Amino acid sequence: MTIQDIKATRRGFLAGSGLVIGVAIAPKMLPAAPTGVHAGGDAALAPMNAFVKIGTDDTVTVLAKHIEFGQGPFTGLATLVAEELDADWSQMRAVHSPTDNKVYANLMFGLQGTGGSSSIANSYEQMRKAGATARAMLVAAAAEDWKVPASEITVQKGRIKHAASGKESGFGAFAEKAARQTPPAEPKLKDPRDFVLIGTELPKLDTHGKINGTAIFTLDITPDNLLIAVVAHPEHFGATVKSFDDAEARKVQGVVDVKQVPAGIAVYADNTFAALKGRDALSIEWDLSKAETRSSEELSADYRKLFGEKGLEAANNGNVDEAFKAPGLQTVEAEIVFPFLAHAPMEPLDAVFIKADDGSVDIYNGAQFPGMDQEVAAKILGLDETKVRVNTQLAGGSFGRKAQFGSPYIQEAAAVYAATDRSRPLKHMWTREDDIRGGYYRPMYAHRMRGAINAQGQITAWEQVIVGQSIMGKADLDSTSVEGASNLPYTIPNLRVSAHNVQLSVPPLWWRSVGHTHTGFAVETFVDELFQKIGKDPVEGRLALLGEKPRHAGVLRKAAEMANWGSPVPEGRARGVAVVESFGTFVGQVVEVSVGPEGAPRVHKVWVAVDCGVAVNPNVIKAQMEGGVGYGLGAVLFDAVTLAKGGKIVQSNFHDYRSIRINEMPDVAVEIIKSSEKPTGVGEPGVPPVGPAVANAWRRLTGAPVRQLPIVNIVSA
Amino acid sequence: MVTFTLNGQERTFDGDPDTPLLWVIRDFEKLTGTKYGCGVAQCGACTVHLDGMPRRSCVTPIATIEGSEVVTIEGVSGTEADAVKTAWTGLDVPQCGYCQSGQIMSAVALLQMIPKPTDADIDGAMAGNICRCATYHRIRAAIHNAASSMEG
Repeated sequence: MTIQDIKATRRGFLAGSGLVIGVAIAPKMLPAAPTGVHAGGDAALAPMNAFVKIGTDDTVTVLAKHIEFGQGPFTGLATLVAEELDADWSQMRAVHSPTDNKVYANLMFGLQGTGGSSSIANSYEQMRKAGATARAMLVAAAAEDWKVPASEITVQKGRIKHAASGKESGFGAFAEKAARQTPPAEPKLKDPRDFVLIGTELPKLDTHGKINGTAIFTLDITPDNLLIAVVAHPEHFGATVKSFDDAEARKVQGVVDVKQVPAGIAVYADNTFAALKGRDALSIEWDLSKAETRSSEELSADYRKLFGEKGLEAANNGNVDEAFKAPGLQTVEAEIVFPFLAHAPMEPLDAVFIKADDGSVDIYNGAQFPGMDQEVAAKILGLDETKVRVNTQLAGGSFGRKAQFGSPYIQEAAAVYAATDRSRPLKHMWTREDDIRGGYYRPMYAHRMRGAINAQGQITAWEQVIVGQSIMGKADLDSTSVEGASNLPYTIPNLRVSAHNVQLSVPPLWWRSVGHTHTGFAVETFVDELFQKIGKDPVEGRLALLGEKPRHAGVLRKAAEMANWGSPVPEGRARGVAVVESFGTFVGQVVEVSVGPEGAPRVHKVWVAVDCGVAVNPNVIKAQMEGGVGYGLGAVLFDAVTLAKGGKIVQSNFHDYRSIRINEMPDVAVEIIKSSEKPTGVGEPGVPPVGPAVANAWRRLTGAPVRQLPIVNIVSA
Repeated sequence: MVTFTLNGQERTFDGDPDTPLLWVIRDFEKLTGTKYGCGVAQCGACTVHLDGMPRRSCVTPIATIEGSEVVTIEGVSGTEADAVKTAWTGLDVPQCGYCQSGQIMSAVALLQMIPKPTDADIDGAMAGNICRCATYHRIRAAIHNAASSMEG
């Protein structure tokens, strides 16, 4: 969960915790909304507090401090508000909140931001309090108007009632009066037993616009007189422009200008095709003197050289060295190499810049850290931060891609805009090629595992060395490199985990489930291999070592029960299992696998059991488990960004950075463990178990352990 | 000058004849429901109906569609489109939603050709549409639901 460490990198933005009550949204000078932009708020909506506005038409609009890119915060946050407001689900709406690192801080980060599967976890009380506050203000307004005691007023499904007098009203009639009430100091929250919306399968609020083409993403913002800009980037990390010739590019109909910018060569055009055609016509010589010129293969060899050297200690329990010297041991060793992974969200990175009459600038983008984007853009545009407004838009996925320290993408886009005279609005966009080759990957990692089994068939020692880049850019131990390994859930008396940070000019980034993308795979395949050596059943073996981890054990038992573990498996198939905790959520998965047409695993079915505490919206939780399975499976089966000999990036688009497709997607069944623990996130935790579960099934099916990813490369090699 | 029909209305385009239909629809006609995802017909986010058949608009030069009828997500209608949209809503298929216009256009075209598709038919018709959120599980179920709703 160390995405939270992001606050350590911030200066001075340590926000207070708790609800910011009664803070009305300061009216902002919005420019005339360009085509397609849904302005964040409506003047007819009365603000109850920073998070809730109630319209005279009875609609309740939740200002979501977290970006909606498919993981469901619009619906989830609105559910929390609606529950305590006693609203009817049909009256609920959600929009992105404005940018404000204090008012809209992620309470786990200390600044506004989405990530670490924290949207619901950090908002659970805050949004309920926002709803309860608004409810109390509506009741106070009604009591005043009806001249009855507030204590006699009830609210249910969006109706305010006073039984004795027979008076009844919707919210809208009291919206303005309620907004003028003094909010209660400490609004009373419901006992979870009284929840009527939390825990039910409410339909998502953002579905409608996404099935009829009306949902607006950043790419869809098309103000008049828009300039489109694309940048030609190098094909080596760390390369810079030596020289360029733009004569042919400038001849392309619609190309307006060509400029060198920090990220490469920018082409400005009247339309997208002209910009792309112009970029293709550029002739650029790159300076590779500071570029990374090693290939992935060479990097892998360099990484593995570090296995024998002393690393940064992440865990050291018992005495591993002594334990490995004990007589009569069987030892097992494995080296596993993980490739760079691109996030490849459907909507490549993009941003729109529009100057207002007063010289201030509105930015429209899928902002995962909007306050950081604002700060960075303001610096580059030479404006005070108050003169830059970041308007968060729906984003076509992220999977971590838009959560970047120092907003390097916005740095590129803002520099491209800053190089113009700002007289025209500008949309900067990346193409899929820019995206696949743009770095900020899940880093490459190499793991070396050693395990010791004694004569009684017990695992007595476990040593794991992890080599790779520090996502947090640390010189000392980066917990994101070892999470899931250093806190191994299995009770093994002698445990040592260490890490080596590697410096590369390939920029690293968190990728959906961060360290668990590789530690989950390494731990869960290796422990499974040890069980196989001992002759223990993978479920029973795990349960025996999970004595101190009841929630791990709970999801494992449930997934096994769903799959009817132990029952006969169809001919030519095998089952595998894995259980991983990430971001405070526990997920167990059982998969059923055969050898597919390419000789690679064909995954037929995945049974998922998830324990995420209180299930705020089971519909969203199930969707995230299904999607997490697909996202994780696609990467493990097919995906790698590789550097060729000389360091050139090999992949460029979906033809060679292969995404899982519908014909490769397994059937997924999800069950949610009933829990009264505080809710934890679901955006990422569905991802980690699927890879190792598939590899475990594959090893049992074919005898071949998976030591290198993606699997398709091994079977086709 | 290229003349074509877009969602039932006659339109003309006199820019660069190489311009892909996708960018004509988005940049010039300002219909933004059709998405860019790859530019090389690998992801299907740009799927439209061209004379009734699903087509990747990102690799369709405008010069090649003279006289054709183009239908986008904004204009798609009829029994199959209604059934698909209802089924999509019923299962809350979209996550980020960016690919869903293309998914829906492919699904509607499938049902227009095969009213009761098998799983293999769905694989064949929908494998060209990538969803990075991997909503495939619900897409498949929604297509079956849409097909069932059109019966009788």
